[in-house]
Amino acid sequence: MTEQQNVEPAAAPVSSGAVAESAGGADLHIVEVTKRFGDFVAVDDLTLTIPAGAFFALLGPSGCGKTTMLRMVAGLEEPTAGRIVIGDRDVTALRPYRRPVNTVFQNYALFPHLDIFENVAFGLRRKGSKTVKADVERMLDLVELTTYARRKPTQLSGGQQQRVAVARALVNNPEVLLLDEPLGALDLKLRRQMQIELKRIQTDVGITFAHVTHDQEEAMTMADTIAVMNAGRIEQMGAPIDLYENPVTTFVANFLGQSNLIRGSITGTSGGDSLLDVQGIRMAMPTSRVHSDNADVWVGVRPEKVHIELAGSATAEGHNVAPAVISDASYIGVSTQYLAKLPWGQEVGVFAQNMTTQGPLRVGDEVSLSWDPENTFALDAQQDADAGAEKIEGDT
Amino acid sequence: MSAVPATAKKDTGADTAQAVGTRWWTPYALLSPGMLWLVVFFAVPTITLVSTSLQSGTLESGFSFTFEFGNYVDAVSGSWEVYLKSLVYSLLATMSCLAIAYPLAYTMAFKAGRWKNIMLVLVIAPFFTSFLLRTNAWKTILSDNGFVVTWMHNLGILEVLNAIQIPVIFADGISGADRVLQTPLGVIAGLTYNFLPFMTLPLYASLERIDVRLIEAGQDLYATPWTAFRKVTFPLSLPGVVAGTLLTFIPAAGDPVNASLLGGPRDAMVGNKIYNTFYRLFDYPLAAALSVILMAMIVTLVTLYVRRAGTEELV
Repeated sequence: MTEQQNVEPAAAPVSSGAVAESAGGADLHIVEVTKRFGDFVAVDDLTLTIPAGAFFALLGPSGCGKTTMLRMVAGLEEPTAGRIVIGDRDVTALRPYRRPVNTVFQNYALFPHLDIFENVAFGLRRKGSKTVKADVERMLDLVELTTYARRKPTQLSGGQQQRVAVARALVNNPEVLLLDEPLGALDLKLRRQMQIELKRIQTDVGITFAHVTHDQEEAMTMADTIAVMNAGRIEQMGAPIDLYENPVTTFVANFLGQSNLIRGSITGTSGGDSLLDVQGIRMAMPTSRVHSDNADVWVGVRPEKVHIELAGSATAEGHNVAPAVISDASYIGVSTQYLAKLPWGQEVGVFAQNMTTQGPLRVGDEVSLSWDPENTFALDAQQDADAGAEKIEGDT
Repeated sequence: MSAVPATAKKDTGADTAQAVGTRWWTPYALLSPGMLWLVVFFAVPTITLVSTSLQSGTLESGFSFTFEFGNYVDAVSGSWEVYLKSLVYSLLATMSCLAIAYPLAYTMAFKAGRWKNIMLVLVIAPFFTSFLLRTNAWKTILSDNGFVVTWMHNLGILEVLNAIQIPVIFADGISGADRVLQTPLGVIAGLTYNFLPFMTLPLYASLERIDVRLIEAGQDLYATPWTAFRKVTFPLSLPGVVAGTLLTFIPAAGDPVNASLLGGPRDAMVGNKIYNTFYRLFDYPLAAALSVILMAMIVTLVTLYVRRAGTEELV
């Protein structure tokens, strides 16, 4: 409820009205939850807490169990083991219609036989609310659909249907709002708009949002906290910047953005730094960014953190440096994406801003790659270096 | 008609669209197969029926077209009770069908899992035997000393049904005190049985199409399973309900077989009346007038019903 000044007058009553009563929502605790379908473990002993008022994203590839997790919170699936607690209340055994949560379904699941007003009013009518009309109108105002109240869902565009789905859930003042891939069916431009819109609504109403998505950009744009989920487990949880800049597993490193992972080993420490031997090249990095109990590690660096210069140019003091030959250069205007071959044959990606009008380096140029030790991370070499990387079609 | 492809071939690609658009008869040519079908199978029989209903004469002296509206007066005055009975019987049969078919179709659509296809086959299976044979088989099932009648008698159901006596429609009660055959109940039971698949299949089709996420959304929005059914599942299945009731009611209203095999002489329906007038009395004009009235009645009722149900807005 901080950015009141940004809200148009039309939407202002929301913050002082019924919605404000539940401002902050409630903590959602998922405690040691496991869900099995036959032999398949969809969610594996998962524990996490989503603080009240947070915009939380559960991010993972399809089939990682994130939707199952959300459905268990909604009460649409029963956990095989574990507890789900909202606020102070254990809701594990409650039927879905008794839980203080509402869901924005994938593809919205709007009732096709009811108009927009009745869709939004559905939950209020079930609860026997006495202020249905006022509440629905206020909510339609919030999502800017007042003039569509008497239309049927099929007469609305995808983005409008999406807003109806949000309004239909939010109007009930849930303690937690669950969003299941809410923007998956929208085209790219609309998705960007709705990301901003959803973030605005969440800031306005202050309810806890738990959002499930496979789109890393969507998660990073909207959520304050992201949990990256893989194969029924949480790989890493934290603010978007922590996950991106300091991934702790190869899966997170590859699933969020791209990473160059180079095989190396830790040879010792010096102050707060760890010393590395990367295929014979000596490098250094902060020990705090080493996420491995093993001496054998994947030395990681994001492509945009790597400087690329013609061989022989001066590199910044104290940087990790490796010689390479450019094997591919894609000029895309604002930047150039290089593939550079290291002496031992591995190719790494480099994103370079086009700071001059000179054009990019050419394929075959001998270059030196350098990056700040602060931007280096190290992961356990026993993990699969390709985990979470985008698969090229037909590649298995 | 054959000119269309022939001339179309001569046109070069660029001006085809324009050339076709300028020939006024093209749409009619394209419509002609359907129109021909309608004329042969609908317009001609209907016109023949209506014109026959306005003829006068006898089989011996021959019939001639004389605008004999008296046939309609005779039909209504002589048979209004039969019409009324037909409507009530088929209406009750339709309601019984709905009551049996809805849970069946619901189970098939949502609960049956791998048994779904087997259940579908079982619903359709009776069609492999003749309609007449199956109806005759019900004579045995409902026979006076069969187990159905014995049970219904012992449970006191027959006594209750026998006590419901409505003049004209159920003059002697819905069933006999100790029998079902030769009573209205026999006819209604036969109609219900025979038209059950026509109710079940459209219901199943529309229930099966319902996105289960809509029902989940209902429950997520505080609807108990029963409320979710009333407010989401049932309204969404209305197209199936309308289609099923029409497919049951229309043929049931004109059906002569069940009434003649399972009912008594006083339980005759319009179908029997028309049959007798045509084949026994050879009064073709009167039989035609009876048919036209039945048709008009059904069309009127169905129109009112479909308007009322307002399902055209449903997806």
